[in-house]
Amino acid sequence: MPNVVGGVLSFSFYEGLVFGLVAVGVYLTFRVLSFPDLSVDGSFPLGGAIAAVLIVSGVDPFLATACAFFCGLGSGLLTGLLNTALRIPALLAGILMMVALYSINLRIMDGANVSLLREVTVFDRVAQSLQMSSGSIQVSITVAVIIAIIVFFVLNWFLRTEVGLALRATGDNEQMVRALGSNTNRNILLGTSISNGLVALAGAVVAQRQGFADVGMGIGMIVMGLASVIIGEALIKARGVARLLIAVVVGAFLYRLFITIAIRLGMAPGDLKLITAVLVIVVLAVPYIRKRIRREWLPPAARW
Amino acid sequence: MKKRRLVTLLTGISLVLVAALTLPLATGCTTTQPEAKVYKVCISQIAVHPDLDSNRQGIIDAMAEEGFIEGENVEYIIRSADGDMNTAASISDYFVSEGPDIIHAITTPMAQTQLASAEGTDIPIIFSSVTDPVAAGLVPSWEQAAANITGVSDWFDMDPQVEFILEVLPDIETLGTAYNPGEVNAAVQAEELHEVGPDFGLTIVEANAASSADVYAAGNSLVGRCDAVWIPTCNTVGGVGIESIIKVGEENGLPVFGSAVGMIETGLVGGCSVDYYWVGQQAGYMAARILRGEDIASIPPLRADVVTIAYPAAAERMGITIPQAVIDSANIVIE
Repeated sequence: MPNVVGGVLSFSFYEGLVFGLVAVGVYLTFRVLSFPDLSVDGSFPLGGAIAAVLIVSGVDPFLATACAFFCGLGSGLLTGLLNTALRIPALLAGILMMVALYSINLRIMDGANVSLLREVTVFDRVAQSLQMSSGSIQVSITVAVIIAIIVFFVLNWFLRTEVGLALRATGDNEQMVRALGSNTNRNILLGTSISNGLVALAGAVVAQRQGFADVGMGIGMIVMGLASVIIGEALIKARGVARLLIAVVVGAFLYRLFITIAIRLGMAPGDLKLITAVLVIVVLAVPYIRKRIRREWLPPAARW
Repeated sequence: MKKRRLVTLLTGISLVLVAALTLPLATGCTTTQPEAKVYKVCISQIAVHPDLDSNRQGIIDAMAEEGFIEGENVEYIIRSADGDMNTAASISDYFVSEGPDIIHAITTPMAQTQLASAEGTDIPIIFSSVTDPVAAGLVPSWEQAAANITGVSDWFDMDPQVEFILEVLPDIETLGTAYNPGEVNAAVQAEELHEVGPDFGLTIVEANAASSADVYAAGNSLVGRCDAVWIPTCNTVGGVGIESIIKVGEENGLPVFGSAVGMIETGLVGGCSVDYYWVGQQAGYMAARILRGEDIASIPPLRADVVTIAYPAAAERMGITIPQAVIDSANIVIE
């Protein structure tokens, strides 16, 4: 029994950290910049595709993963440019980029699927240096923790710098930030780039762990990212950058945990998504219902 | 106050967890018989889909035929990823943590992620409905299984497909095809069609649909560009979007041929199809051999057989008549 709980928690912990990168990316655009960037569904498989193609052609897996991150930066930069340079509304810019990336990913992989089975991935490398079996969950968690810690410290530092503060302020009040002499277009480009870089990084890690990159692996990424952000915000009252980042990753962890639980509950094939949705609804509704019962003051429902 | 909130939250989560994990355990315990060995068999599929469902049923029926009967000496754990590849990875991890005697993985991404999850264990994996297991990196070659994985492919040769179309319509010059380039199976088949087309004196034209919403437009774009259309085993065009293609065919008198029983039954002229139930059965027989102690590495992967199907009434609706000789020689005639 403790074994089962441990298994569930450790799988979800690994997934929470990796998909937490996606959630942090979504958080940066949707919440910090107020820039609803839907290109995430495309930049996630972009990261997987770049990493997979490079690894198969013999490039070092760490370098391949880094390249995936930088390609994600590039795709985010383009999304931002569509908005700032061509004045295309953010929502449409993201959609256009997502659609374009579908074809680009097919071109990069020269097909819909690239197999990474029996190729040396970052997981194999870490397993080798730790002298553990590379399929084990400990190795997966180690890799995820290392990446998450690096990202956490870099972002935590960056968002407190002058540039980072300007970026955060841009989403709150663009006019004021511009009046203070900060280039808001640059801030938006910076934000969308970092966001998609993180998402592509997650895609590269996921592809290596699951043994393949596929053009369809990004489907539902934006939904998962948004759900994670909202769950995290609802459960952890965030003040300050560090707690915000942690809240979002906790949201991703819980969302993946619900999927894992739904899988173990063993419903009829096809019911999985319904169970996941019900679990998320329960978690979000419980605090509200408790307040109702105590007749506390209730804020109006958020629209998104 | 804040601490208490956190404590209630954590208690809530752990309650859900405990409930989730004990419920299936509790029911599982009552059915276990101590004397006979009960085999644990996991089956995963990427989505709910008629062909994949008959594949799964074939596995279960063939294993029962071989004496591995559900509820008696076999316990099945069956999961579908509902089309989400990241859920597929979660299912694979879960299966490995259950320590089953055998895992059936239906479709390419399911087999790939299952093999990655099972690394370092010796759980035998049998794939089915994987079109090209060599390109997918599952097995080293068509003649050789890997150390812990083998299975049944739904690969079919393109020649019989084209021959069937030419038997029905001997005079056509241009053959169109519509598929989603994001699906490996469909892309591989379309590429092969381009290769064999010239051998039969046919020019091949194609239209792409990235999602089911694009299928109607893709079908319409083929009108006037070709004399007949052939649809590969593509979930987008041949699965969810097949009605749009049938509509285009019937509105414009453009005969449409298919490559799977499911899509032809919906209203296509006919075609050659892999029998997915048969594919599942073969995977089931393989599983039975492995459970009896045979080494998985000595069972090479298998290719599927095709059956020919004719649907005279649907052909009439698309403005053609299937020759009687073709109807007589077809394996399946849909009335």
